Amino acid sequence: MEIVIYGITNSVTLALMAIGFSLTFGISGVPNFAHGAFYLLGGILTWIFINQLGIPYLFSAILSVIIVGLLGFGLYWGLLLRLRGLVVNEVIATLAAAIVIIEVLRYMGFSGFTYVLPEFIKGSVNIGKAWLDYQRIFLVGIGVALIIILYFFTHRTRVGLSFRAIAQNERTAISLGIDSDWTAALSLAFGSALAVVAGLAILPLGSIDTEVGYDILIYALAVGIVGGLESVPGIVLASFILGFCQILVATFFKAQWLTVVTLGAIVLILAVKPSGIFGKYKELEERV
Amino acid sequence: MAEAVRYRKERIDRGIKARTDTIYVLSSFRDMVYLFLPRFLPIILLLLLPFFVKGGYWEKVLFYSCMFALLALSWDFMASVGLVSLGQALFFGVGAYISGGLNHYFKMPIFLTIPIATLGGALFCTLLLFSVLRLRGVYFSMVTLILPLLFAHLIETLDILGGTHGLLSLTPFPSGWLSVYLAIIGVIICLFGFRKLISEDFGLVLRGIKDDDRVVMAGGINIHWYKAQAIFIAGAVGCFAGALMTHYYQFVGRSVFALDYTVLPLAGAVLGGPGSFAGATIGTFILVPLSEVLRALGGLRMALYGVILIAALVILPEGLFHYIERRYHQFERDVRI
Amino acid sequence: MQDEEILRVEHLTKRFGGVIAVDNVSFSLQKGEFLGIIGPNGSGKTTLINLITGFVKPTSGKVTFNHTDITGKAPYRIACLGVSRSFQMARAFHKLPAYKNLIVPLYSPRVKRLGGGKYGERDDVAIDLLDDLGFERDSAVPYKAAGSLPHGYLKRLDLARCMALRPDLLILDELFSGMAMSEVAATLPMIEKFNREGLTIVMAEHRLKELFRVTHRVMVLNFGQKIADGTPKEVMSREEVQKAYLGTEVEG
Ligand SMILES: Nc1ncnc2c1ncn2[C@@H]1O[C@H](COP(=O)(O)OP(=O)(O)OP(=O)(O)O)[C@@H](O)[C@H]1O
Ligand SMILES: [Mg+2]
Repeated sequence: MEIVIYGITNSVTLALMAIGFSLTFGISGVPNFAHGAFYLLGGILTWIFINQLGIPYLFSAILSVIIVGLLGFGLYWGLLLRLRGLVVNEVIATLAAAIVIIEVLRYMGFSGFTYVLPEFIKGSVNIGKAWLDYQRIFLVGIGVALIIILYFFTHRTRVGLSFRAIAQNERTAISLGIDSDWTAALSLAFGSALAVVAGLAILPLGSIDTEVGYDILIYALAVGIVGGLESVPGIVLASFILGFCQILVATFFKAQWLTVVTLGAIVLILAVKPSGIFGKYKELEERV
Repeated sequence: MAEAVRYRKERIDRGIKARTDTIYVLSSFRDMVYLFLPRFLPIILLLLLPFFVKGGYWEKVLFYSCMFALLALSWDFMASVGLVSLGQALFFGVGAYISGGLNHYFKMPIFLTIPIATLGGALFCTLLLFSVLRLRGVYFSMVTLILPLLFAHLIETLDILGGTHGLLSLTPFPSGWLSVYLAIIGVIICLFGFRKLISEDFGLVLRGIKDDDRVVMAGGINIHWYKAQAIFIAGAVGCFAGALMTHYYQFVGRSVFALDYTVLPLAGAVLGGPGSFAGATIGTFILVPLSEVLRALGGLRMALYGVILIAALVILPEGLFHYIERRYHQFERDVRI
Repeated sequence: MQDEEILRVEHLTKRFGGVIAVDNVSFSLQKGEFLGIIGPNGSGKTTLINLITGFVKPTSGKVTFNHTDITGKAPYRIACLGVSRSFQMARAFHKLPAYKNLIVPLYSPRVKRLGGGKYGERDDVAIDLLDDLGFERDSAVPYKAAGSLPHGYLKRLDLARCMALRPDLLILDELFSGMAMSEVAATLPMIEKFNREGLTIVMAEHRLKELFRVTHRVMVLNFGQKIADGTPKEVMSREEVQKAYLGTEVEG
């Protein structure tokens, strides 16, 4: 029973970490390596708003989601657009942006026990033998809600549909009057905002450490690689596989084996189906 | 309305008269100097440098620069096959840990650990990355980015290979000269070797894979096999650097998988101009000493590399080397129009 | 030697999602034959070629070349067996000089096995090949960057690249599209010559008049299905074929 509960929370956490990254990648093909940096930045901005500017929690949270979303948008308009077309440069540029953000934050000393975000809902319950705080339940709620909203967004709304159109065939989409740059910038904004939402749900469980900027990126990539980068079902499935494996291993062996699971899963999936469980990266046959 | 005087830049080749790809007709001593100076000057400079900085702090910087230059060259080589690696630290760390491990656990001497680490590490990395080669696009970058970080985690959490403490008191080089010269000769061989290799038929195939892999496949060439070869070569260079570093410091810790060993070579290669190998070397030989000068910045150095990377991408996408090369081969003068 | 079967395609089918691009196509080809494949836009000619050459994996069906099963094999393997194909959109390494474009096929295991194109000789072999195809060796054309060549030359460069592989079966995907009249007139005899020398050729083409001058057998595709196969005259007199062609003319 505990395994199920911890497994679910862990899996949803992983999914939350990965969803923003894969949304952006799926739509615009830009691998936003600044994902983890935005996650971290969102958390720290919220902390600053609450503790130094005295803004109420909810407002601070919304404010930092918006700010980082704008930053993501700016990253595209300001930087990637100049490099658009050269994938190499996009990759390098987002990684460079990530490093700048994370290292500056590290230099400014945003690490350690003072930097704790309050929980949205305090307290905890016991379910069977599992001890579950409300924040984790809240997190699962957010995760599930986000996935459902995303699904409806991409399948029902105008912007969402144009996202999917771009993802499927950029040229045709352009010829249908969808502005691909605008959409790509929006996708980056959404992805970044999602990173912050994930951060706000997850970070209150511990203290903020700049190292998470890199860790989140690793997990987002790991989940994406296992599940198939551009597929939401793939992300969800991979999160659950990885999440449950981690919990199982942690309960029956040692907590240290967590990374082994992740690495093992990646190596295994690379050997068996390099595009990930649901990925179509290889299967997509290019027209010649 | 006053007509503004406008100028147009005109470029004139400074080159020697008859010049095709492979044949030079040398007609004068001047031509010879013109041709050979850019090739021999760096070699001589590199070979002489250790005499000037012997034993001091700057010798370390020189050694360091060579390490990063090797990593940058290895990056550039893969990039010219279209494999954009974000994980030079993977090669570096694998090489470092293999040589360190062999030395620590099996007491192997240096002249064995370094070659074994170079070749074995390259083989290991090639096998690890082999399946990713089937995927196109940025997948390769993502996988290479996270693998070294995961390896670092692995060593830390499993407490293998010395865990967080690393492997200490490994065999040092018999003399400081040896280490520095191994590094320098490594750089020279890679620099000129890669430049030669990439203009050979083999190199044409590799570049062809980058430009249009479909055409290469239609030409009856197994692109995965050639990509694997490229990774092996690049991996060997990276692992060699890692092995050298291990014995230079007589220590190997999980920091060899750190992002530094990815980002600095990357920044060097991009700053210098990818695709020329000379650019990668120049770039790192600028950045590494620069970052030593800027030691006071501490942790901000990484951020600085990030800024340099972005700036280089936006301002000088062709890179320093191509710029210098153009200046060397062509006059520029303003012509009134 | 004449009546030997070189290629056999059996019930080949390819679906792209809902689209059936190639629908249960079967045919066989004798050594030395010259087969034209025609059909309106989107009728599956390119896909059929991709299926034969391994660039696209078939949903079902079988392809046999020289009595070996090559269904779904990797493109480079099929190329090394001797099937060489050109691309509809001429592809080339734009930064390389034209003759260096041929180094890649000359470097392949097939050419190594057949001899010719050893180290240091490939450049000469490449220039010889290009010379045969109208890139005069004494002019600057073969040494220019491929990207700077006019479209007609690019198409012929693609043809040269195919020939560099010393193929047993040459598959050309709309070689003449985008070529000027004069270029077509210059290229046709070359292809005819290859065929006379014993090379089996398959040619997908929209320019029927030119195609019918060189080929004796034509296969017609429409919506992925083979609707006719025979001599040009026979085929063009068939009602389905006329309808298929008329249909597209009205739409397009
Ligand atoms: N990679 C692909 N993915 C999805 N659909 C494809 C793909 N390649 C081709 N198709 C579809 O298959 C059908 C056949 O296309 P194909 O390119 O083979 O036709 P074609 O006869 O070569 O046309 P054309 O004369 O214009 O070159 C078309 O409807 C096309 O849209
Ligand atoms: Mg076609």
